[in-house]
Amino acid sequence: MKARDVAAELRRSLDLQPVLVPLLAIVLAFLTGALVILAIGSNPVDAYTALVRGMYGSSDRIAGSLGRSTPFIGAALAVGFAFRAGLFNIGAEGQLLVGATAAAWVGTWSSVRGLPGIVAIPVLLLAGVVAGGLYGGIPGALKARTGAHEVIVTIMLNAIALLYVRWLVSSQDPLILRDPAATVPRTSRIDDSARLPDLVSSTPLHWGFVIMVALAVLVWFLLQRTTFGFEVRTVGANADAARYAGMGVGRTIVLTMALAGAFAGLAGAGEISGTSGYLSPGVFVNIGFDSIAIALLARANPFAIIPAAILWGSMLSGAGLMQQEVGVSIDIVRIVLALVLLFVAADVIVRTVFRIRKERANALDTTDLAGGWGQT
Amino acid sequence: MPVAADAPVVLEGRKITKTFPGVIANQDVDLTLRAGEIHCLLGENGAGKSTLMNVLYGLYEPDGGEVLVRGEPVRFASSGDAIAHGIGMVHQHFQLIPTFTVAENVALGNETSRLGVLDLDATRERVRDISRRYGLAVDPDAVVGDLSVGVQQRIELIKALYRDAEILILDEPTAVLTPGEVDDFFGVVRGLVDRGKSIIFITHKLREVLAVADRITVLRAGRAVGTADPATATEQDLANLMVGRDVVFTVVKPPATPGEPVLQVADLVVTDTRGVTTVQDLDLTVRAGEIYGIAGVEGNGQRELVEAITGMRPPAAGTITLQGRDITHAGPREVADLGVGHVPEDRNRHGVVGAFSIVDNVVLNQYHKAPFSRRLLRREGPMRALASDLVEQFDVRTPGIDVPVDTLSGGNQQKVIVAREMTRYVHLLVVNQPTRGLDVGSIEFIHRRIVELRDQGVAVLLVSAELDEILSLSDRVGVLYRGRLVGEFDRADTTREHVGLLMASGGETEEVAS
Repeated sequence: MKARDVAAELRRSLDLQPVLVPLLAIVLAFLTGALVILAIGSNPVDAYTALVRGMYGSSDRIAGSLGRSTPFIGAALAVGFAFRAGLFNIGAEGQLLVGATAAAWVGTWSSVRGLPGIVAIPVLLLAGVVAGGLYGGIPGALKARTGAHEVIVTIMLNAIALLYVRWLVSSQDPLILRDPAATVPRTSRIDDSARLPDLVSSTPLHWGFVIMVALAVLVWFLLQRTTFGFEVRTVGANADAARYAGMGVGRTIVLTMALAGAFAGLAGAGEISGTSGYLSPGVFVNIGFDSIAIALLARANPFAIIPAAILWGSMLSGAGLMQQEVGVSIDIVRIVLALVLLFVAADVIVRTVFRIRKERANALDTTDLAGGWGQT
Repeated sequence: MPVAADAPVVLEGRKITKTFPGVIANQDVDLTLRAGEIHCLLGENGAGKSTLMNVLYGLYEPDGGEVLVRGEPVRFASSGDAIAHGIGMVHQHFQLIPTFTVAENVALGNETSRLGVLDLDATRERVRDISRRYGLAVDPDAVVGDLSVGVQQRIELIKALYRDAEILILDEPTAVLTPGEVDDFFGVVRGLVDRGKSIIFITHKLREVLAVADRITVLRAGRAVGTADPATATEQDLANLMVGRDVVFTVVKPPATPGEPVLQVADLVVTDTRGVTTVQDLDLTVRAGEIYGIAGVEGNGQRELVEAITGMRPPAAGTITLQGRDITHAGPREVADLGVGHVPEDRNRHGVVGAFSIVDNVVLNQYHKAPFSRRLLRREGPMRALASDLVEQFDVRTPGIDVPVDTLSGGNQQKVIVAREMTRYVHLLVVNQPTRGLDVGSIEFIHRRIVELRDQGVAVLLVSAELDEILSLSDRVGVLYRGRLVGEFDRADTTREHVGLLMASGGETEEVAS
């Protein structure tokens, strides 16, 4: 082995860059956000202190943050998993909503009522998985059959899901899913037996969080350890080579999108079962879209999605205290999150500021979420 | 025509040294280019040819030594400075925008405008003028994406000439051309020097060097190891100099002992992606233990024929039989599992997944079978064992089996593919352009392995645009012309000239216009 090979091998094993750049992007986003806070005449140190206390200042606040993060994990897995097959799943928003709707509906069935939780909860979650999976499978099948681009199709399916579900939940004549007794449009409350128990009692943190973490492990296992995962990654890295190798490219695309939809559907069902117990229109808005950013921050790595989603959920959860105590608008958090995304996508900025040299992309780091639009 | 030894030196590199972290790409390299000469820079992949050119062209700053243009020391901060000094470069990978016209591509970066509106009239006129003067025959209004690779290369030349380049650096210009285009290209290059241009021509193809060079410098492992005079040097001398040891050119092989037919193709008709029929009523039989070579100029149906046999393209009509079993409508998975190995023409597009490790690439089409898979799970142990074994057996130069394949040189990538396809359980091996773009050492190695496989009783279908490769490896030769087999011979019964004539004309005319 030549000296240069040894050096290259050493650099590879010590390569912290995949983690380093996103972390520094976060730092840079907070610094830039501080400038914005200064510009509106507040003290950024006070604001960030309040924000961090709002996120993690007490056990209740930690639980609140993790609870808020829970659906982001599943929805970001839906985006990240599809991305490994080279598919840009913009449809987590709709898939999550369809899954939540299915769960909210199944939860009110009289046959579910009275079942023990150990049966009722899985039935409810399965409803979300199946509904989300079918809804995610549509763009997959259209892509495999006709070549219709999944970005366009999933965006349209988001709108369809949003409007259709709003009608299902709001309509009084005909009365479909709306709770006739409620003063605002929402579905009837699901049966108590189908509710996921709280992980920390009387907090938003429910067992759905554990399920989502387990899902991330499952997705990793699926991608790295199964032959199907190898097909997914091959189709994503080089679809022509996948075809040459005899893989069913169309089949892989359909299955990948269906599974991605199922992950988002599970996240939606988990929220119905773990938090409110009913569905009101607009309640899950933007979770699927934020998850695209989370998947990007995590570079579609299933494990990295967990901390990325927790950061996202925590900041949204902690922003309230910052507004209360320091008078800095919640929107500052949105700005910081947007900056994180900007700096991750435009990583040249981060590399320039912190003087990190670009290394040759290695196999685990070829996930370029910012590129790839329009080319499949 | 020889260039006088006292012709003025237009470009000179003195003791050029360029290192990258951990690797010396060039060490004390001297190179002189005289006015009006074609100076060939010869070397294997990774010998440092491109680095040297990038130093001369201002893309890299040398760590040691200096660059002189017409005797004046220069420091180029960018390629813009090099262009200002009259140096133009044609890269191996064209830098053209396919949706733009020729004139738009040529003007790019030097556009003239009138009141903010792009004015291409002057550019168009100059492109016409340049193509007339140098015999380049390019229409300035054609859209680049519609043009053949050979014409696109001329556009690159025009781009350099448009910027008044006197010195042209051509990086592996023939790698992408068909044999016919190569001859045309040599004519163009000759025309350029006749009109006073000076050319550095980078290649690793020996035949070309002897055909076109006025002077030759050989680079090996970053050093200039010798210069040669094409009038006296032989291919063997150059190859030995390039590789640093004696190279065996002729493939040593015992006579074939053909057995039962393995592949039988009857009345095959295949259409390409646009629906044009590219293989017409083709009959072909390849027997166990023989190498059947398909000669032909590229684009005469080779690709579609190979794709039909390997299951990647359903034929329009006819039958394909493997050991008596009909595989006409079988897909790539079924064909591969029945014992057909396939070394594809385009190794980056089909042969490997560049971002994947060697381990993942050696199981690319057998990951689903024992011992690499059990109950839908991957079994890393057997995969890694296979990868280590193949790296050893096929002498793949790599720091390890976990490195992404696209960090390997082209020759080593091809060895990974060849290793995978040859060591699977195969009765038939289909190899399409197995040595394209490879250096002499790798070609020698791959040829030897193909013959070894034949001697183990495997039927080999070899498709190559390199006539020398067909002639030195094949036991039987078929000539493909416009989708038909226009001739089929035992290797011993034919000559290079005869096959070449059939390739060019399909045997329809006695004489070929040259």
